[in-house]
Amino acid sequence: MTINFESDKPIYIQIAEEIENGVLSGAFAEETQVPSTTEISVSYKINPATVLKGMNILVEEKVLYKKRGVGMFVASGAAEQIRQKRKENFFDHFILDLIDEAEKLKLNKTELMQLIEQGYQSGRRS
Amino acid sequence: MNGIEIVQLTKEYKDIRALDGVNLTIQPGKIYGLLGRNGAGKSTLLHMIANRIFPTSGEIRMDGESVFENDRVQGRIYCISEMNCYDADDKVYKIWNWVQNCYPGFSMEYANQLAGKFGLNIKKKPRQLSTGYNTIFKIVTALATDADYILLDEPILGLDANHRELFYKELLANYAERPKTIIISTHIIEEIADLLEQVVIIKEGQVLLDLPIEEVRKMGYSVTGKKSEVEQYCSGRTLLGEEELGGMKTAYIQGEPGEIPAGLEAAALDLQKLFIRLTNS
Repeated sequence: MTINFESDKPIYIQIAEEIENGVLSGAFAEETQVPSTTEISVSYKINPATVLKGMNILVEEKVLYKKRGVGMFVASGAAEQIRQKRKENFFDHFILDLIDEAEKLKLNKTELMQLIEQGYQSGRRS
Repeated sequence: MNGIEIVQLTKEYKDIRALDGVNLTIQPGKIYGLLGRNGAGKSTLLHMIANRIFPTSGEIRMDGESVFENDRVQGRIYCISEMNCYDADDKVYKIWNWVQNCYPGFSMEYANQLAGKFGLNIKKKPRQLSTGYNTIFKIVTALATDADYILLDEPILGLDANHRELFYKELLANYAERPKTIIISTHIIEEIADLLEQVVIIKEGQVLLDLPIEEVRKMGYSVTGKKSEVEQYCSGRTLLGEEELGGMKTAYIQGEPGEIPAGLEAAALDLQKLFIRLTNS
């Protein structure tokens, strides 16, 4: 997990996103326990109430669930659910922003498409 | 627990009014940041809660009882500051024995454990310790008292980056283990911002702001862009400050950003930036 303290995003949103990233990468497997509020709080030097706020977003979205007296667990199907949610955001947060920036740089549609094609071919992505 | 209620608190010295009718409630079980510029009245406030100085007028109550000259209530408060309440010519472990008499919850084992982590030599006298180790001695003592209210006036004075990080972690571990009310007063705002749940800013002896940390980011934002466009955007909005660089301008604006016109960049104001904007005279 990396928390960017300079980011414009509130810390609790970043906590939620970082746990999601852990689920997507498989670091936090489904039906396993995620680190406790205290562990995250101490490790990242963040107030536990802030950490809990981030975790509660994921509980509400049913990505995490609470086992009384034990801790928070990753729900089954959580990875797919996160992927689905992020795909919905992908258009708004990446595609539209990409086009905005391209317009600022006076890149036309054909040039932008060529750049995307080039990105795929550069070998970094497959 | 009702926390600490501060009612119409005023402290006058010969020619200055250090605190001017302060009304503030410290909610129990939270970590507070008490911020203010030099001379704003932070230490005066903490010292009055800890019964080290008396107010000119006003009252401080903890769970309904006055904190002044009240040993039972004071036994639940531990305050560290520049004003020391121990003999600096006693060895650290002897001072701890003495503290244990006043704070029966004081854990010698935990204090020794923390001393080990920080590399504090408990056979030395505070007078022999460097500024940094004097601070370490104070924070270790405060954490080990197990008091319900811990007041930390400049708890990172002279600490190197490693010791500061260790302190933040140990403070949060202590807080998780046994929730308590912690008030941290410091000028190093950026580093402690994320430790806090509630922020109080005082300016010229009065409370300027008392908000949950999450609300603080809604207090203001900055907008950067071409000077003329920024100025047009600013009209009708409350300005906290502005900076110019060539034809570019950054304006600091109170409130939450709504829709930002194309060509302008908006950014959140973190606690330190907001503090500077709010307390610049």
